[in-house]
Amino acid sequence: MNKETLIAAIRDIVKPYTKEEEALNNLNENTDFVTDLQINSANLVDIILDVEEKFNIVIDNDSMERMMSVKAAIEIIEAKLAGQ
Amino acid sequence: MTIEEILQCLPYGPDFLFVDGLDHIDQNGVRGHYTFNAEMDCYKGHFKKYPVTPGVLLTETMAQIGLVCLGIYITADMESCRGRSFALTSSEIEFRLPVFPGEKVTVISEKVYFRFGKLKCKVKLQNKEGKEVCSGTISGMILKTDA
Repeated sequence: MNKETLIAAIRDIVKPYTKEEEALNNLNENTDFVTDLQINSANLVDIILDVEEKFNIVIDNDSMERMMSVKAAIEIIEAKLAGQ
Repeated sequence: MTIEEILQCLPYGPDFLFVDGLDHIDQNGVRGHYTFNAEMDCYKGHFKKYPVTPGVLLTETMAQIGLVCLGIYITADMESCRGRSFALTSSEIEFRLPVFPGEKVTVISEKVYFRFGKLKCKVKLQNKEGKEVCSGTISGMILKTDA
């Protein structure tokens, strides 16, 4: 899966949880879930559960704590997919 | 963790405690009850000459029994209960029937998931005839305070 496809998938997952439309439309590797998209910690959990379902992976606590940006999310998803 | 220990862990004072007791609790859900005190101040204004329990208090009762009691039980082995509670993060509730002053209600909650500190539950509240008063989903995040 290439990076553009991953970013598009993340954008679809994140969409219901943010009101920051401009940041969502411009979503890129440097987008931060909390500072740019104003996502709270409760919704961040739901985003991670949606990522697990979409990519059929299991995200552990350490990865969850690192998953604060699109860049970190891509790294974690790629590492989990490669490990399968 | 016993039911008595859970009740002692609850962070609410007497004016805002909406749990009388729990009938059953396990890792997947809880069933508990509360009787609304007919002398509560809110009945004087909600509504004038027609006292009905406000929906926010029904939601609070569902959250205290269905989310907080269950959350305290599920996380019992994580740390001491001192300073541990759950902050409400979202609720989506539909209301069907009124609850009048002095009515006893039963809350039944089923865990949807507990992941990364977030507890999400499907919760319903029944009156003493067993009819469903309100139901929906309530979520909260584990909260640590030093209080």
